[in-house]
Amino acid sequence: MKYIDEFRNAELVKILTEKIRAEAKKEINLMEVCGGHTWAIQKFGIPSLMPKEVRLISGPGCPVCVTGRRYIDQAIAYSRLNDTIITTFGDLIRVPGSTSSLNLEKSKGADIRIVYSILDALKIARVNPSKKVIFLGIGFEATASSSAAGVFNAKKENLTNFFLFSSHKIMPPAMSALIDEGIKINGYLAPGHVSAITGSHIYDEFPVKYKVGCVISGFEPVDILQSIYMLQQQVNDEQYRVEIQYNRVVNHEGNLKAKELIAQVFTLRDDWWRGLGVLKGSGLGLSEAYADYDAEKMITVAVEKTLEEKGCICGEILKGLKKPDECRLFAKACTPSNPVGSCMVSHEGACAAYYNFGRH
Amino acid sequence: MENKTILLGHGSGGRLSHELIRELFYKYFSNAVLAGQSDSALLQIDARNIAFTTDSYVVDPIFFNGGNIGKLAVCGTVNDLAVSGAVPKYISAGFIIEEGLAFDDLKSIVASMADEAQKAGVIIVTGDTKVVNKGQCDKVFINTSGIGLLDEKHQHISSGNTIKPGDKILINGSIADHGMTIMAARNFENFNTDIHSDCAPLNHMIHAVLNAGCSVKFMRDATRGGIATVLCELAEHNNLGIEINESAVLIKENVRGICELLGFDPFYVANEGKVLMVVDCRDADKALQIMKQNDLGKEASIIGTVVNESRGKAILKTTIGGKRIMDMLAGEQLPRIC
Repeated sequence: MKYIDEFRNAELVKILTEKIRAEAKKEINLMEVCGGHTWAIQKFGIPSLMPKEVRLISGPGCPVCVTGRRYIDQAIAYSRLNDTIITTFGDLIRVPGSTSSLNLEKSKGADIRIVYSILDALKIARVNPSKKVIFLGIGFEATASSSAAGVFNAKKENLTNFFLFSSHKIMPPAMSALIDEGIKINGYLAPGHVSAITGSHIYDEFPVKYKVGCVISGFEPVDILQSIYMLQQQVNDEQYRVEIQYNRVVNHEGNLKAKELIAQVFTLRDDWWRGLGVLKGSGLGLSEAYADYDAEKMITVAVEKTLEEKGCICGEILKGLKKPDECRLFAKACTPSNPVGSCMVSHEGACAAYYNFGRH
Repeated sequence: MENKTILLGHGSGGRLSHELIRELFYKYFSNAVLAGQSDSALLQIDARNIAFTTDSYVVDPIFFNGGNIGKLAVCGTVNDLAVSGAVPKYISAGFIIEEGLAFDDLKSIVASMADEAQKAGVIIVTGDTKVVNKGQCDKVFINTSGIGLLDEKHQHISSGNTIKPGDKILINGSIADHGMTIMAARNFENFNTDIHSDCAPLNHMIHAVLNAGCSVKFMRDATRGGIATVLCELAEHNNLGIEINESAVLIKENVRGICELLGFDPFYVANEGKVLMVVDCRDADKALQIMKQNDLGKEASIIGTVVNESRGKAILKTTIGGKRIMDMLAGEQLPRIC
């Protein structure tokens, strides 16, 4: 398959692996902050190809994983309202809330539908004019741009029964917070799809302020290995900069139209990140002009008291301080069938990826 | 009854029911046992061992590229018998129908059941029809049970307890066709794709392999959960190490494309016409050649080996030379976010 097979070429993988070994002159910590990378790294068995000097750490890149329990509880509360349809990406429905989950509510009769895109949610709103249709918007700049387009279209066609419940976030504040907390990171494997929207400039401060390399990587094994090699070179030469490996998709400026739409529909706000707490200016709430489509403003609902799970170290895992198998719940009390923390739910979550692919 | 819909009365046991049975089921399933019109099918079976299986079919949509719920219901039960090493003989068919189903739709379903039964060489000897209120089931659900004759020398096949390291793992063609056909039909009404379900009765191909005297140690049709789930169960249950070579597993380009797009792992996607076979290494090539001679096995290949290491686990050697374990899925595969 074009654009896939070339980037899974075993010969190229071998060459790159050898280069990485040759370049492994000192211990370095590289963090990926995109769930797609976490998943691909485990799926293709990339850690098994690394020399011991190169440590790959999973950061807070899985949208489901960084979403707070309070958000899940509120979505559950919405799902219990009459004449309400919840539309969501699939991963979210199994995430445990304080006392329930969307999956459980669905089995009790709540109208919860898995969609592939916010546009499907709009379609549902159009054919169900007597119901309120709420879309659970989670994820970073990539999914935020499609949510922005959805809300923009809803307003354009005067759809009055469609609402976005936004937990959208932007990535750079989390990347700064990790380093500010003292976590040793030599280089970021920067997210591919986020960067396709934002362009590469959002990372400009990292090499300058923190002396941390940034390589925007694609999602296939050859992409990831090449990006690791590029980061190694930056670290070894102490020449930190933002580089684009994924140049078949990403450019410096990004998708101007999408950026404009995000700026128009959303406004920055402080937001809570699982494991990192409240980060200033890291969340995307709907702007005043689109308040009529904001579920939080338009639909009042009583939300139960948030109960945090005991013993789960998702927070430390999201910061890359611990590996999934260092959690005493991992693969025992916490499995993909019975997840305690959200990192075990989405297959982009570090725990689920490690559970599915990493154990030998 | 053309251009009509099924009414609650068709399940009442009265005149409408009789009309439906006579004009549809008897007409298409016609055979001597059914013609007896008794409460039970009276069968004469000349075997010491029989295999007996049942399965219910609730697929949505009921018509899809490459088949429909009726074809699925017959092939599924035939295959469950065949992979146990049995020769499928008799099938029952129970229908639960939602009132309002178009009669023509039911007719197409019943006609393809009759077709598949004929192809597989089984007869549908007993059945039942219930009609439920609108909303109480989704168009039509079908249950089929089946009886097959089991030769003493094939009794070990369903357990896999004679498998040993060195045995080869074969499959009769590409994976994930059925599941992705259904996913595409469900999610993309206007999605133009030429992928179609692999739904087919495998018994003739399987028996060609068995009758040639190949030492078949285990068989399973890789339906829900895909080939990963079967291999995983086999490894765990029999404490075997299984190594699969990813590049030997055929996935059609268009199926792979949809899997990549929707974030599905084809190893976990359902098939309805694929058998995984564990064969003694000395007979593996012979079994492969026999499979290839059958239309349903033209693209058969040897995809892996039973090994001494990693007991209890199914390991996938990835195309780039890495290794990862295949574990059972927690629940359904869920679409990815981005």
